[in-house]
Amino acid sequence: MKQTGLMKGAALGALLAAGAAIAPVAAQDSVYFANNAYRTGPFSGSGIPIGDGMRDYIAMINERDGGVNGVKVIYEECETGYDTKKSIECYEQAKSKNTIVYSPWSTGATLAAIPRAHIDKIPILSMAYGLSASAEGSTFPWVFIPPFTYWDGASVMVKHMANELGGMDKLKGKKLGLIHLDAPFGKEPIPVLENLAKKYGFELKLYPVAAADMQNQGSLWLSIRRDRPDYLYNQGWGAMNPTAVKEAIKNGFPINKLVGVWWAGGDDDARAGGAEAKGYKSLNFNAAGTNFPVIQDIIKHVVDKGKSLAPKEKVGENLYNRGVYNSMLVVEAIRNAQKLTGKKVVNAEDMRRGLEGLNITEARLKEIGMEGFGTPSTISCSDHSGHSKMYVAEWDGTKWTKGSDWIEPLKDEVRPLIEAAAKDYAEKNAGWPKRTESCEKSS
Amino acid sequence: MSEVATRPAPNLLSNGWIKTGLILIGVVLAAIVGAQLDSSGTLHKVLIDPFQQMVSAPDLLVQTVWEGLVSGVLYALIALGFVLIFKASGVFNFAQGIMVVFAALTLVGLHEKGVPAFLAVILTLGVMFLLALTIERVVLRPLVNQPDIILFMATFGITYFLIGFGEAVFGGNPKQMITSELYLPKGAIDAKILGGFVSFQKIDIAAAIIASIMIAALAVFFQYTRIGRALRAVADSHKAALSVGISLNQIWVIVWFTAGIVALITGIMWGARSDVSFALEIVALKALPVLILGGFTSIPGAIVGGLIIGIGEKLGEFYWGPLIGGGIESWLAYFIALGFLLFRPQGLFGDKIIERI
Repeated sequence: MKQTGLMKGAALGALLAAGAAIAPVAAQDSVYFANNAYRTGPFSGSGIPIGDGMRDYIAMINERDGGVNGVKVIYEECETGYDTKKSIECYEQAKSKNTIVYSPWSTGATLAAIPRAHIDKIPILSMAYGLSASAEGSTFPWVFIPPFTYWDGASVMVKHMANELGGMDKLKGKKLGLIHLDAPFGKEPIPVLENLAKKYGFELKLYPVAAADMQNQGSLWLSIRRDRPDYLYNQGWGAMNPTAVKEAIKNGFPINKLVGVWWAGGDDDARAGGAEAKGYKSLNFNAAGTNFPVIQDIIKHVVDKGKSLAPKEKVGENLYNRGVYNSMLVVEAIRNAQKLTGKKVVNAEDMRRGLEGLNITEARLKEIGMEGFGTPSTISCSDHSGHSKMYVAEWDGTKWTKGSDWIEPLKDEVRPLIEAAAKDYAEKNAGWPKRTESCEKSS
Repeated sequence: MSEVATRPAPNLLSNGWIKTGLILIGVVLAAIVGAQLDSSGTLHKVLIDPFQQMVSAPDLLVQTVWEGLVSGVLYALIALGFVLIFKASGVFNFAQGIMVVFAALTLVGLHEKGVPAFLAVILTLGVMFLLALTIERVVLRPLVNQPDIILFMATFGITYFLIGFGEAVFGGNPKQMITSELYLPKGAIDAKILGGFVSFQKIDIAAAIIASIMIAALAVFFQYTRIGRALRAVADSHKAALSVGISLNQIWVIVWFTAGIVALITGIMWGARSDVSFALEIVALKALPVLILGGFTSIPGAIVGGLIIGIGEKLGEFYWGPLIGGGIESWLAYFIALGFLLFRPQGLFGDKIIERI
């Protein structure tokens, strides 16, 4: 007994020593990037392709270029199961490992992390999700929400409706229904839609879906049948989306008038409806498909070498490519931080500067093999989202296609609301820190 | 001091005062009701408007009741899975939800591997039988005669094991239910009635029929067969049943297997309405208010409870939901159940437990 105990102790000691020996070497030429993932649980259908896309882009950068300017990005996932409580543990873990940026991957997790990050000085990158008000950079110096917020998305939905009807003045008397998850994420677009409804004279109907009834939307769609909205905007996630597509078909709601937020644009979401789902729409800011140099590089350096978790036929799907776009933002921010600070191995505070000066132009996208792959986005000191343009994607029965031109959000409508909401947030959270970080110019 | 103490207090509650008070309250209430009963008042919206809607658009009422009926039958089926195990082992089977997911994933997973649909169903039943056997051997047998709460906690263990095992085998990707391969009908029958139209989904009709047959078969099996009698004996007392030679182990395997069959059918029906993923686990929670309402030990209770909850929540959501912003059905079900509990604490058909001290 005693002997085995001793041996165990010795083995443990050896392991610790080995760990200590490796750690400093690793720290010299690498940065650590923690990503929350949810490959399990009710929302795994959306979480898996996103996680795969994020992981594969970083792996490709490490394989093809040997990292960002020679600095490897150590990518690690923390499994949350889309559970906010677990996300806080993941945040603490990411912090203790000196992550250069925190990637919460749920609006609940973002809300929980925002106050912590401002004390710990860790930048949060919540790409097109999270707290819309955090686009106000002077109040939230540590939160970044490119390329746009849910509020921008809601305004584009209204614009899309107007485009189809033939002008903003044609909105009067129309009815827009919002199907939304009854959670912080789902409720995000309500204030903007209410505002726009008042301004343009259309009626807004709300159809909340409790998380427990995601797959049980029968009565909701009966209400839709009664109310006869002209358009439906679906702020849904996970199993709620394929159910909504199926119910729309079942209830005879014209599928081309059902528009999902960009998170309701999974291939699996649309596929659930079968052939009749043709014409289903979703807002989008990235392209689907493999016909881009960046995706070809991922296939060559990662997928074909058996280093991806994704089956090859899923590479290039809509949510996979969105994961790629998210990792691209991280890599570009690292590059920018290196340029601004002159350091090779950047830390979280450098990364904040890198994100704030991020300027993804069309030209830059072309350089990194992403021409036409995603929306260009420019972040500034006060504007942490960019309010970038997006388009309406259309499901053609087998894949997502570009169903409209790029549409600019109604920035003039959204921006004042964001500023008011940011002010409100700072007031409600007494002692909210005043911004002391100096401004970074876009580069 | 003494003067205050001895002076009789004016009797505010004397008859005259009560009468005046009541009349006053009555007048005020009547005024409020009168004011509210015009077409914009709250009371009008709660008490009159929904019924006017029902009369003016009877097709929607029929549609709502039909949706409720279908959900109700499916709820009843899920609840039945709980009731069977509760009767046999006195345990609320927390793992019922994940068994639904596990059965559905096995079916779809086998079919993806190239197994023909109906063979996949049979193989899945085999897997569910193996699962029942394993649970009995590994989990239940060592816990005979332990307090119920221990068995209850053991079902938590089964849940987490099945979640992990299922994810390891099938992955977390959502899959499509193989409805057409199982010859489940598609499309809808649109009936023109009452000046509108009511659409009956064929899959819903099939679900209602299959679930009803399933429920009837189970009810007959457990009411009129030897095994059913044995099950009821076990439900009364493990020790007494053992003493008259009933094999507890056999009964447990049978009920867990039956719960597995129920889980498979539930999985197919709900999977067809959405997709097959771990989110289906949540569906099993819909059985909780049904169980509260119908009683944990009664098969007719599960059926009637399922129908009441199903129809009640759909009518509530459709006609009264918009008044408070919608999305009420998830808690309305509990509300309905609680309403019944006020009058029958043991549930509609539950056993009245008399404990003498």
